[in-house]
Amino acid sequence: MDQLTASLMDGLLLGFVYGMAAMGLSLIWGVMRVINLCHGAMMTLGMFATYLLFTTLGANPYLALLVVAVLGLGFGFCVYGVAVHHVINAPHLSSLLATFSINMIIIGVGTAVFTTSPRNIDFPMGSVQMGPLTLQGTRLIAALVTGLVTAALYLFLYRTYPGKSIRAVANNRDSAELMGIPSARVLALSFGIGTMLATLAGGLIATFFPFTILSGDAYQPRSFVICVLGGLGDPLGALIGGLILGTMEGLIPAFMPVSWVPVVEFALFVLILLVRPRGLMGARS
Amino acid sequence: MTAWRRPGFWLTWPVVLLGGLAVVLRRDNTLRELGFTLLMFAALASSLNIMMGYTGYVNFGHIVFFGLGGYTGFYFISQRDWPLYPALLAGGLASALVAWALGSAILRLRGAYFALATIGINEAARAFVNNFGPFGGPTGMSVNFAAYTRYGGAAQALWLTYVLLLLVAVLALIVSAMVKHSRFGLGLMGIREDEDAALVMGVNAPRFKTMAYVLSALFPGMVATLFFFKNGNVEPGDAFRLHMSIEMLVMVMLGGQGTVLGPVLGAITYERLRGFLLTSPIFKDLHLAFAGLFLLLIVLFVPTGVVGWLRARFPRVRGLLT
Repeated sequence: MDQLTASLMDGLLLGFVYGMAAMGLSLIWGVMRVINLCHGAMMTLGMFATYLLFTTLGANPYLALLVVAVLGLGFGFCVYGVAVHHVINAPHLSSLLATFSINMIIIGVGTAVFTTSPRNIDFPMGSVQMGPLTLQGTRLIAALVTGLVTAALYLFLYRTYPGKSIRAVANNRDSAELMGIPSARVLALSFGIGTMLATLAGGLIATFFPFTILSGDAYQPRSFVICVLGGLGDPLGALIGGLILGTMEGLIPAFMPVSWVPVVEFALFVLILLVRPRGLMGARS
Repeated sequence: MTAWRRPGFWLTWPVVLLGGLAVVLRRDNTLRELGFTLLMFAALASSLNIMMGYTGYVNFGHIVFFGLGGYTGFYFISQRDWPLYPALLAGGLASALVAWALGSAILRLRGAYFALATIGINEAARAFVNNFGPFGGPTGMSVNFAAYTRYGGAAQALWLTYVLLLLVAVLALIVSAMVKHSRFGLGLMGIREDEDAALVMGVNAPRFKTMAYVLSALFPGMVATLFFFKNGNVEPGDAFRLHMSIEMLVMVMLGGQGTVLGPVLGAITYERLRGFLLTSPIFKDLHLAFAGLFLLLIVLFVPTGVVGWLRARFPRVRGLLT
């Protein structure tokens, strides 16, 4: 029983970070109806940026995350300008392939520079004892950071002018433009924020799991599952979806071999797409 | 069915057939290996095109049919000791059956939701095969070398698989051309342009889409059975590479989606380009990045592909380039 609670808590804390990555994906989908297939690569970039700042400059990984966030935002702008802006009104295939080609470029260059050997950030944060439970410090901090980022994102979206413009464009791009909102800039900003969330999540994952340049490929499908669980285009739903997925990853191994986890996850994913395409908590279509 | 009256019908598959036969006459092993790869990609890209180009449904999980069909065919060859020919059919039919079952469920989804579901199915299928005992789990299966003696030794068996692949590829191209010029194909293209309008016009969209999905799944299963029979073993990593799904998408985009000739041109160009990048000392490490850059340039600047560009540039030959 103790072990079950322990793996449940582990999964739940991990779920926060998954949720943050998925929030970025969900935001991008909600605002511009683009499925971002370079989301996993962005997470990898976040991991490596944190890693490089930690190993070469000796920076505290959590302070490095601030730099990573700024870099992620800027990089998202660039990717939007280069690859996404031209195909934003084209059929879905174009934006899917455009973002996927960015994914290929990042992974390709990354493999050439960093090879595919595993790396890790050795920065232990101790652990917290809660009754019979031992919680790893790194995971607790990661959950905390996610909470802060989510709160900040919601303050931004609901209390500031650029945030409100993002929501307006998500609601109806044409009307927003008629009201004088520069939609191209707003779209670039949303893509930048989405990318920033992905790099942050990547950086946090790097503090407790070893990673390679290909790790993004493992996390990206999870972000899709989470987005669908929480309803595509709903950032808070994505966070809740992340918690659900994290809990599942903690619980399933107690009942069946670990290798079955992806089968259950993706079967659930397809099932939810079919039955409730707007997410578990979303309105019925 | 008046497809054969159109000049375009007589361009693609006869050229591929003649090219493939020339390799058989030359009896050159290196050429055969190259031909095998090219024919495989041409058949895969053409079958994907039926779904993606004609019907407008982006399928990121085309490789699922390759993997599951190949696994089924290979299971019958290696574990049940079937001859190659019925196993080939079994592989194709198994993927078609899976497509029919899947299709009746996920084809209700449209656009990006369908694309997402196919990614999920790809991951689920790989994870499932990884854990499925009869298919050998993560280590896969291999064929006893003695099995090749039935076909006159390993060398002879390689030529046999090549000829069979040539036939499957040509069949795929003929089917692709016939679909394109049939009432069925018109219905599919109607769905691509506007599904609701097509429904109103009396196109039985759910049935048409499922049929297109089944047709596009049939060929990967057959191709995969031949591919794994030639390799002598099969494992989940080889059978369900999401990358290969994407490579097929690139081929279709490069050549021109929605055309018969496009996927073949795209397959040949992409394969040659990849071969060049992989062997050139400068690009060797960066071949993935260059392939990505290449894809990005196509998507941004030539979204209709080579054939689409040619059609726009030379209006006179439009009848031929279909």
